Amino acid sequence: MHRYHPVVATPLTDVPASLGADGVRRLYRLMLLTRLLDERLWIVVRQGKAHFVLTGRGHEAAQCASALAVHAGSDWVYTYYRSLGAAIALGFTPYEIFLGVLGKAADPISGARQLPNHFSSRRLRTPTVSSSVATQIPHAVGTAWATHLRGEPVATLCYFGEGATSKGEFHEALNVAGLHRLPVVFFCENNGWAISVPLAEQVAGGSVAARAAGYGMPGVLVDGLDPLAVYQATDEALRRARRGDGPTLIEATCLRLTPHSSDDSDAYRSDDERAALAARDPLPAFRDRLLAAGLIAPDEPERWTDEFRASLLADQDRADALPPPTAERARRWLYQEPR
Amino acid sequence: MVTTSDRQTAAEAVTAHERILTYAQALNEALREEMRRDPTVFVMGEDVAAWGGGGVFAVTRGLAEEFGTERVRDTPISEEAIVAVAVGAAASGSRPVAELMYVDFVGLAMEPLVNQAAKLRYMFGGKVSVPMVLRTQQGAGRGNAAQHSQSLEAWFCHVPGLKVVTPSTPADAKGLLVSAIRDDNPVVFLEHKLLYGTKGHVPAGAYTIPLGVADVKRPGRHITVVGVHMMVLKALQAADQLAEEGIELEVIDPRTLVPLDEATIVESVKKTGRLIVTHEAATRGGYGAEIVARVVELAFDYLDAPPVRVCAKDVPIPYSAVLEEAALPQVTDLVTAARALMHDEV
Repeated sequence: MHRYHPVVATPLTDVPASLGADGVRRLYRLMLLTRLLDERLWIVVRQGKAHFVLTGRGHEAAQCASALAVHAGSDWVYTYYRSLGAAIALGFTPYEIFLGVLGKAADPISGARQLPNHFSSRRLRTPTVSSSVATQIPHAVGTAWATHLRGEPVATLCYFGEGATSKGEFHEALNVAGLHRLPVVFFCENNGWAISVPLAEQVAGGSVAARAAGYGMPGVLVDGLDPLAVYQATDEALRRARRGDGPTLIEATCLRLTPHSSDDSDAYRSDDERAALAARDPLPAFRDRLLAAGLIAPDEPERWTDEFRASLLADQDRADALPPPTAERARRWLYQEPR
Repeated sequence: MVTTSDRQTAAEAVTAHERILTYAQALNEALREEMRRDPTVFVMGEDVAAWGGGGVFAVTRGLAEEFGTERVRDTPISEEAIVAVAVGAAASGSRPVAELMYVDFVGLAMEPLVNQAAKLRYMFGGKVSVPMVLRTQQGAGRGNAAQHSQSLEAWFCHVPGLKVVTPSTPADAKGLLVSAIRDDNPVVFLEHKLLYGTKGHVPAGAYTIPLGVADVKRPGRHITVVGVHMMVLKALQAADQLAEEGIELEVIDPRTLVPLDEATIVESVKKTGRLIVTHEAATRGGYGAEIVARVVELAFDYLDAPPVRVCAKDVPIPYSAVLEEAALPQVTDLVTAARALMHDEV
């Protein structure tokens, strides 16, 4: 099992060449946009404009950095319901997200059939998210199998949480991928909580990455609060997959800074526990590193925050002005009509 | 088989010590009282212990506190293990109450439920019993979309060896859950997510409502309406509206689909001559079709009109509130169907 260094030990002089200084700035902006969109979506639910929201606050570093290592539109990506940051980094726009959350006919994901933040896009090769946990893991193996059979030099990246590793699908999928050395990267965002169930009651042995050994593939533990470490680990694993060297299981340790979803009280965690998590928030930590390294100007974080907030409000208002789907269209898309 | 005296026992119990509880509280009381009474009863499932003091719908609230986390066990997200472990525990002498947070997740647990729990006793020549309860909740109306809103009761009813329970009131929920836990067979106990907050009179202390006894929720002369879960409540609303125009609905809640109290339904149809079946499950292949078939077999000559199904459209439940409402049977659909039946418009 390979263990990447934690945040403090990754100097900015080691910015991966394929990312570059501009890439690092872009990465921070994506994380910031994701966070502000996340906050906005919870407000939308409190406004009574949506039933439900589920986001990945505390996962932005792991999600945005890993998604930037994807060859978007060429590699395949299976996201999960917490993948807001990966979706934004892949190229979904906040306006598109609002259309889905607000249940509009123009929602490009499903015309408001699918739940919010259950991303899908043909252009981005991102199949729809399942509300049922872990179902995407064997699907990702199937996609990797298909691209391998067709001789396409692409990888499949599959996201899930640590709770998903308790499902049969996880174990069956990794076994098949390991047996056939398929071009797939399993990316586990371990935030330590599956709704109310902590890691110690979820994962026997306590390590997701260690499970890789049983399935004949490398297991990588990476600090999911360190975007550059995540980028490096994901980039290497995707390159291995694309060149035919087989699958990798990455475990990125993250924080869940919100309740599981807007339906969750979070009462099973104490205020002290939540405060301790908030103190490790990856977003200000990365900002301070970039400021110290001179990669972003002192006024930029605040300016970008203001710009994003304004554009998000405009996106929400523009989406909210559109109509919901009409009742007579309820059956649309149930079957493929003859072509 | 169910007798008239069973029916009276349940009815008398309901009037004895009335208190107002929610459906969720009534279920909680049934679990608590059975766990106190029988040390072999235990509860397992996702988020049943720590979450908000017990269960995302509060059904297991406080149980871990009283009985400890050995008997009220938070499990990993492993639906097949939850149900299969319950099968093993039940077959070896305990009475597990396993919980799936949403019925939509049952696909992964169908092997232990359908091929094991339902058939073990039969295949073992009667040498084993499987006294387990699989509690879960179903239904739409909360914007939970296609994978968290289904009503799948017909799947379970189609498997010989399982019993299937669908309470619509707090009092029924408690009495039926007690019966389900004490039953020596595997029981799929289906709750409805919108019913958890509904309130009603619930007797204190232990009482049972036998599996296989329907309840006439409202008597009427003109049309028999057999509903499941939320559709019982909607049928009662429709009955209120239609009463103003002189149309009387007799609303029957079968309460358990397997075994089914077909006598109560057939007797009602013999009186009314008209039948509406209504459920949130998709129309095609729904349990309503089974009820219609039984009535046609047993009371064909009494029918004045073809039976009518007022059930969900054959479509996944969508997220959009507009589309979800369109997909589900509504009070107005019942009213329209009843008027058509009375005016020979079918």
